[in-house]
Amino acid sequence: MSSAVVQFCGHCGEPLEAGRHDACAERLRMEPPRFCGHCRRRMVVQVTPTSWTAQCVEHGELTSP
Amino acid sequence: MSAATDETQTASTGQDILAIAREQVLERGVPLDEAQILAVLHTGDDVLPDLLALAHEVRMKWCGPEVEVEGIVSIKTGGCPEDCHFCSQSGQFTSPVRSVWLNIPELVKAAEQTAATGATEFCIVAAVRGPDERLMTQMRDGVKAIKEAVPNIEVAASIGMLSQDQVEDLVDMGIHRYNHNLEAARSYFPQVVTTHSWEERWDTCLMVRESGMELCCGCLVGMGETVEQRAELAAQLGELQPDEVPLNFLNPRPGTPFGDLPLMESSEALRTIAAFRLALPRTILRYAGGRELTLGDLGTRDGLLGGINAVIVGNYLTTLGRDPADDLALLEDLKMPIKALSSSL
Repeated sequence: MSSAVVQFCGHCGEPLEAGRHDACAERLRMEPPRFCGHCRRRMVVQVTPTSWTAQCVEHGELTSP
Repeated sequence: MSAATDETQTASTGQDILAIAREQVLERGVPLDEAQILAVLHTGDDVLPDLLALAHEVRMKWCGPEVEVEGIVSIKTGGCPEDCHFCSQSGQFTSPVRSVWLNIPELVKAAEQTAATGATEFCIVAAVRGPDERLMTQMRDGVKAIKEAVPNIEVAASIGMLSQDQVEDLVDMGIHRYNHNLEAARSYFPQVVTTHSWEERWDTCLMVRESGMELCCGCLVGMGETVEQRAELAAQLGELQPDEVPLNFLNPRPGTPFGDLPLMESSEALRTIAAFRLALPRTILRYAGGRELTLGDLGTRDGLLGGINAVIVGNYLTTLGRDPADDLALLEDLKMPIKALSSSL
């Protein structure tokens, strides 16, 4: 994944500096990110029984911890 | 009538239906009918511990202590032409879920991940109205590869409405169980889906049941249905007599028509579990999606002691589940053994 600054919420896709994202952070404990934090593009997400990947066409792939 | 009298009558009615259920379901194995299920759903929180205990007794007597553990994976995510109002994979809503296909090596890896948890069932799911030739080919190749690489797991499928030829193809592939949910009661279904009918779903279920595959047919509760419609749904599932009923609780998904509905109350969810067990005393009743949000850790335990005898471990199709190790530790704590491969519940 790109090392560029994360500007957007992975759950709702809105700018992190615009409003609070506590509820989004809570949701991200139980679902993978859908939006790229760098460009807010919708990512291609594949969930498997014990892992997930989220791919941004511009900024690469995120994987589950 | 005073509030105190109301409460007394509710408690009395609650104990009455529990006494009936104890004699009818626990002792004789005869499922509750729709009116009786409704009476159970109308019981108050004061009766809930007794209700859950009875449902647990019914499960232990008619199914045994074993718990069937299953993993699921989406082979084709998103872009579905149907408009199921709860589903983030419909192409008709502004959901953030994008379309993606899982390749065969990744599918096999997912089956291996599932088997490594101790699960004996692995269900391949596709977000489609029904399978086209591309999907059937992917299924054929995928199931063959899984059976070669992961012999210690049964393969199930859930790929929408089927033709008779497709049912036969799936039997030939060695699909052990087919999932096709009713989702909602017949009377509420038009508020949930408009692109196909409840009867079309019913027909696919009947074909599967006649095919020799096991039928898995479940539902989603907490979608705004009335308790009367929830009782109707349980009775309709009872009429269909599936081998397994997966019970989902609505997890409102952003961008869907049901995205702003509230979560079901945990006590209501537990009462629903118990009512479904009393309606389906011999059926595999599986915890499916939404339990983490609706019930949390404590509720998960209460459900397993209130009629549930199967779980989906790990992640769901587009959302994440509990750590499989936590669920397996809970089963061990409850002294509920995992069902062995090919043993009948």
